[in-house]
Amino acid sequence: MNSRLVGTRSERREDAKLLSGRGRYVDDISLPGLLEAAFVRSTAGHGRILSVDVAAARTMPGVHAVLTYADLVAAGAGSRMPLPFPHPAAREGLTQYALAADEVCYVGEPIAIVVADDRQLAEDAASAVIVDVDPLPVAIGCVDAAKDDAPNVHSDRSSNVAAHLSVGFGDVDAVFDAAAHVFSDRVAMHRGGCHAMECRGVVAEYSRHDDHLTVWTSTQSPYLVRRILCQHLGRDEHVTRVLAPDVGGGFGPKANVYPEEIVVPIAAMALGRPVRWSEDRREHFVATLQQRDQIWEVEVAADERGRMTGLRGRAWHDAGAYLPYGVVLPLTALTALPGPYALDAVSVTMDVVHTNAVPTAPVRGAGRPCAAFVLERMADRIAQELDIDPAEVRRRSFVTAEQMPYATGMRYRDGSSVSYDSGDYAQCLEAAVERSGYAGFEDRRRAALADGRYLGIGIASYVEDTGVGPFEGATVRVERSGRVVLTTGAANQGQGHATMLSQICADALSVDLNSIRIESADTGRFPMGMGTIGSRIAVMAGSSVQQAATEVRMKALAVAADAFGVGTQALTIEGGFISVLGQPDQSISLGEIAARLFPTVGGVLPSDVSAGLEATSFFSNGGRIAYAYGTHVAEVEVILDTGEVRLLRYTVAHDCGRIINPAIVDGQIIGGVVHGIGNALFERMMHDDQGQPVNANYGEYLLPMACEIPPIDIVHIETPSPLNPLGAKGAGEGGTIPAAAAIIGAIERALPGTARLLHHPVGPEQLYALINLNSPLTSKISGVAAQLQSR
Amino acid sequence: MKSAPFTYHRPTSETELGELLLAHDGAKLLAGGQSLLAMMNLRYVQPDHVIDLAALAHLKGVMLVNNLAVVGAMTTQAQLMTDTVISAHCPLMVGALRHVGHRQTRSRGTLGGSLCHLDPAAELPAVALCHDAVLEIVSASGRRDVGIEDWFIAYMTPALGEGEYLSRIRLASKPKGHGWGFREFARRQGDFALAGAACLLIVDDEQRISDARAVVFGVETRPRRLSAVEAALIGSAPSAALFARLTSETRALEAVDDAYASGAYRRRLGGVMLGQALTDAARRATGGLA
Amino acid sequence: MSDIRSIRLNVNGVYHEFLAESRTHLADALRKHLGLTGTHLGCEHGVCGACTILADGQPVRACLILAVQAQEMRIVTIEGLAATDKTHPVQDAMAACGGLQCGFCTPGVVASLVALLEEDPVRSREDIREAVSGHLCRCTGYQGMVDAGVKAAAMMQADR
Repeated sequence: MNSRLVGTRSERREDAKLLSGRGRYVDDISLPGLLEAAFVRSTAGHGRILSVDVAAARTMPGVHAVLTYADLVAAGAGSRMPLPFPHPAAREGLTQYALAADEVCYVGEPIAIVVADDRQLAEDAASAVIVDVDPLPVAIGCVDAAKDDAPNVHSDRSSNVAAHLSVGFGDVDAVFDAAAHVFSDRVAMHRGGCHAMECRGVVAEYSRHDDHLTVWTSTQSPYLVRRILCQHLGRDEHVTRVLAPDVGGGFGPKANVYPEEIVVPIAAMALGRPVRWSEDRREHFVATLQQRDQIWEVEVAADERGRMTGLRGRAWHDAGAYLPYGVVLPLTALTALPGPYALDAVSVTMDVVHTNAVPTAPVRGAGRPCAAFVLERMADRIAQELDIDPAEVRRRSFVTAEQMPYATGMRYRDGSSVSYDSGDYAQCLEAAVERSGYAGFEDRRRAALADGRYLGIGIASYVEDTGVGPFEGATVRVERSGRVVLTTGAANQGQGHATMLSQICADALSVDLNSIRIESADTGRFPMGMGTIGSRIAVMAGSSVQQAATEVRMKALAVAADAFGVGTQALTIEGGFISVLGQPDQSISLGEIAARLFPTVGGVLPSDVSAGLEATSFFSNGGRIAYAYGTHVAEVEVILDTGEVRLLRYTVAHDCGRIINPAIVDGQIIGGVVHGIGNALFERMMHDDQGQPVNANYGEYLLPMACEIPPIDIVHIETPSPLNPLGAKGAGEGGTIPAAAAIIGAIERALPGTARLLHHPVGPEQLYALINLNSPLTSKISGVAAQLQSR
Repeated sequence: MKSAPFTYHRPTSETELGELLLAHDGAKLLAGGQSLLAMMNLRYVQPDHVIDLAALAHLKGVMLVNNLAVVGAMTTQAQLMTDTVISAHCPLMVGALRHVGHRQTRSRGTLGGSLCHLDPAAELPAVALCHDAVLEIVSASGRRDVGIEDWFIAYMTPALGEGEYLSRIRLASKPKGHGWGFREFARRQGDFALAGAACLLIVDDEQRISDARAVVFGVETRPRRLSAVEAALIGSAPSAALFARLTSETRALEAVDDAYASGAYRRRLGGVMLGQALTDAARRATGGLA
Repeated sequence: MSDIRSIRLNVNGVYHEFLAESRTHLADALRKHLGLTGTHLGCEHGVCGACTILADGQPVRACLILAVQAQEMRIVTIEGLAATDKTHPVQDAMAACGGLQCGFCTPGVVASLVALLEEDPVRSREDIREAVSGHLCRCTGYQGMVDAGVKAAAMMQADR
């Protein structure tokens, strides 16, 4: 197969439009008669709604409607929102009402929608809605909320434990009994929000003439939104169209289906006018799903050489007030075990705990960073205790290349065995070690120490399940002009899918990149799709495009062969033309073939050929997962006087299978690492004990900016995956998964003799306190070290 | 996050401004807007009347008058960074401005706005304190001068009464060859400081410190001149040992304790920044940074 | 008590007149009244930089200027940064260096780099990084943007 463009750093086709401000995001959409909405949201962490008085709001200038739960009931949408991903372990799978009914359970929970001529007027009226809430006790913090005596997160449910998950394999007791070493630690991980630069947004337009509802939403999953919306409103899918316009970043939370995606369409239908709601940043902190805490108390078993042999323990996961995304996030964290390690036994249980805060769901990495953080911190513990180089512990513990495909011992939900398809983890680690100058670190450290500077280096590895099914799809169609139209359900939030898929199509069909047009993420243009999550689009949509384009190529060749009276092996296809080898004047364009397959009335199709030069493929991987993997090395300096951490350099070696566009993959990795830097050092979503968010603005919730980023160096290893025609694996999240572990490990190593660093984010004050634990001047701050704080 | 409604005014003369202030109690004065408009977008602040100072030309610009740098309150931070009077007479301010927000906010943010907003972690009030600033306050009933030490009434509360506005700021010029140091500890470039220090040293021909200013900011609810530090510096020769000893003087500060840093840590950071700023000032004072 | 004004703005060399409440910030005026949706809103409190445009050649946060304040300014937005049918070296460099992914923060970043390099194209990498540090990006990790600034600076120096 031709490989002209696949594998090259093709410039992105999306860029020209975006660089000249011609993107069209939800808030850019213009429709005749469009009204703007604002939501009234709970300002209490927990309370019983006594009354919602909208009388004053309804009479304010420019207001067209104010809807509450009563209006949802009248519209037949008064039940709790459907649960998209049920799981047997989630006993109840509690979701919220699209507008709060009689109780609010988190600050930010939507209570009413105001629709007005513009957003300013809508907000004015929203502030005139009087909500009377009788406060109820609030449970914050998942470990505390799991206790029997904790306040009820929901007044009518006495247990806050939404699910009890459990994973494992092997004889854990035997492995630990036989272990030469057993170490235990308590690891606490905080993530944060996705903070895509474009907040969420929904535009809904309803036509009474044909009962057609169109919803534009800043989503990663238009098909899921349609399914849930239709389910909740009792509508048919064929008259409900959901599309994602340009989307300014997703990172996980935009894959959920939200109350606003239900309420805005209801408002549009009630008013007979299109309605838009654009989330603002303050809302984003309380209305869009985020990740918060996971705490793991674990023991690791190792043999006398420091090979990791087993892991067991219990964990707690903060689910927030509801389970809109089921238990996908905590389960993904657990099933990421055993990572790249050939463990003999694993046994971890996890309580998924409700708290009175905004619900949680996957954010870039989706729980895998938590599993990686635990595994890597314990690997470093082994290294420390046995006085072995941390890289060596990894080498001794890795699954080897010879063991591939490797059944880890874990099982998928359907009972089938989890198997790593391919990979050489040790080779990848060596590449990272070499590129990062790991071997020379000791010399650098000593030289710096002579200057009074403290350097540290951390290494962390990961495995990532990518390309989850069941399918994604694409249609490739050639029009009589020669234009190639590629339609797919796959949704894009900046990953350059249009470029990546065009490269695949161009190679498979031997056409120029510029002849291809892409349509995507529109249920009205493509019948079925899944969603952009879990680093799956290159594998799933890319393979669909490969298959569909190849089918079109074959069909075109067959028609041409018939037309020229030769066998297909006597033909060549290039630049949109098929010609007889050695006879360039015997040539026909793809456009002309398309025209022959789409003649006018009375015309004739070539015999034994179906109409149209097009093909559709829904690539399915039969449930098999392609495992990407990598190793990261972080080098840091810790300033003892202040506890500041400076990132000096960062190295990534990774294998995501065959790379379709290295520039795009570089971008995904660097962007992913920067999310990891945020997780390690900066991001902490703080709530007080009444569930009030403390730092819901960008002055106080810290995201990394350009001056905080070190040079990031990447080594690409390409081991084609045997599981799809491209040989590709996913690349969207690998940058994030081990990053916090590498950075925290580096900080710990910069400060030998101080306490273990078993949590993130780590802030300068905590480090300062750890460094100066014995200094009388800082005895007051030493208590901070024991607490989970970001300062 | 749209502001609540208000009536906008844009006076073009001092008289007009005075009348507006008299007519509208509780009106907010709009300078660069980088703090006020953000708070209004968030609806933290919902004034009925906003008076924009942008059209008052006499509030802009820098002049040198009797060895004082006289700065119009509406002079932008970007303008101050490149102003020749400021670089010659108050180089500390140029050094501090590199830490104030970003290019994109300094293009609009003003000296007067920063002095009236009075965030405890702001850089410019500390610079004003180092330069013995005198603030010229104007109202319908007349003019008065407020020395910078009398400007800090309480947390984010300057000595500005109802119907008054800050017109100009007079900064004492420091002698040619004086040393300045400005250091702050912030989580990210451009953020407000967790703690910072601004220092001036005038070193005589015998290499003795003849005058000093040592200000720590971000630690208390206002920037604070450390008189004990200044007293210890004056008459001494600049030395690393002296500076190191003086860093512990910050332990007397009544530091803010909040979700972002404890008081004890702030005091400690203030001391570290003080030591570094003094060192920088000494290097600059004795002719050229080492 | 809405205070509706007739507002006249000079945007990308063209005068526009429209009615809006005085509380309307410049970004909303550009987006909603003038249909110039290339300038984006990411936070509305002056930190993210997505709304950055050029006012008299200086980069400013359009969410922290009232439209009514902008009447005497020469406003240039992303739509007006290059002459028709041409692109600015900053735009070319951003595409060549992976300086954008989702495109949402991009118009603001381009405005800041254009302002920096039009003022003086001789800039260190650190200067360029500092200019980019006034922007939040969740996609690119900033490296491509800084590379783009360096490349654009070289292009603009060569053109002089």
